[in-house]
Amino acid sequence: MEIEVPENVALTKLDWLASWCRKNSLWPMPFATACCGIELMATGASRHDVARFGAEVFRFSPRQCDLMIVAGRVVMKMLPVLQRIWLQMPEPKWCISMGACASTGGIFDTYSVVQGIDRFIPVDMYVPGCPPRPEQLIQAIIDLQDKIQREGSFLGNEFITDARQQPKRALQELELGQLPRSLPIIGGKA
Amino acid sequence: MVDLSGVLEQLKSRFGERSWDYSEFHKNQRLVVAADQCFSVLEFLKKTCGFDMLIDVTCVDYLHYRGAKDRFGLVYIVLNTVTGQRLIVRAFLNEPELKIPSVVPLWEGANWLEREVFDMYGIEFTGHPDLRRILLPDEFVGFPLRKDYPLRGRGERHNFERITRGEG
Repeated sequence: MEIEVPENVALTKLDWLASWCRKNSLWPMPFATACCGIELMATGASRHDVARFGAEVFRFSPRQCDLMIVAGRVVMKMLPVLQRIWLQMPEPKWCISMGACASTGGIFDTYSVVQGIDRFIPVDMYVPGCPPRPEQLIQAIIDLQDKIQREGSFLGNEFITDARQQPKRALQELELGQLPRSLPIIGGKA
Repeated sequence: MVDLSGVLEQLKSRFGERSWDYSEFHKNQRLVVAADQCFSVLEFLKKTCGFDMLIDVTCVDYLHYRGAKDRFGLVYIVLNTVTGQRLIVRAFLNEPELKIPSVVPLWEGANWLEREVFDMYGIEFTGHPDLRRILLPDEFVGFPLRKDYPLRGRGERHNFERITRGEG
């Protein structure tokens, strides 16, 4: 069967179209708690200009955002706030863990710093660096755009698969005696 | 380093000869007093010797420290803003008597400083108007700057629920 299509009309799939719209209008929620936040601001400023990728509209209300950028270390007192803000963001939403501290705790292996936010909220992209340069954050946004285009769906079905419900890492907190390598104790025996 | 001999003379006439111990190190002038005399010495320093500004209240845990005889060393740093005299007053505390009178009646600014010492070391400042934790969450158990507290904590940093994609 042949259908007559008028000029200036394109045919596509609804999933593809919705993902195309979403990926080119990511509105970031800047959850900036440390020096990564400075690089995040530089990414938004004119030299690096994240507006070229459609993500320049930083909103300070989670209800208007669909991309959470966690930039900096998150301590145990801050984590309930982070989780509440994540839950307040409307679907569909994504999360970028920016920098070593947000991804793993970084150098802050202490009693109060959460060792990677992916233990407690879903994370789509990790940006290495301490802090990462704006180019690295922009690369993460581009990769996230590719991911949204590749697997996004109109109804958000990609978020409710079993694989997406699993934690990213099966890391268990090691007991102090079971550390993989013995750490030197400063000043002799403890 | 501003001369403190006048202040030391006044202290000697008020508290006697050997109730305190004065020393100097790297231009720091230090006075070690007994814990039960700490408040009266600080009160005397403020009201008679003119040390009108409290710079800091902090604490040191001497557990496993070489040659240390006492567990906790409280540190008060006071300043005379007229003469520029600066004095470090120290008092030592041992378990289980971790109590010392609060200096909030002398310097209002001691309020948050003493709350921080209480938060991190568990030292009770008697007479403090509002002795609560200041930095850590209220439900936190333990005093993390004590040397017998594990560096990585006791699991506080992983005691949260995990949010999955389905819940979000």
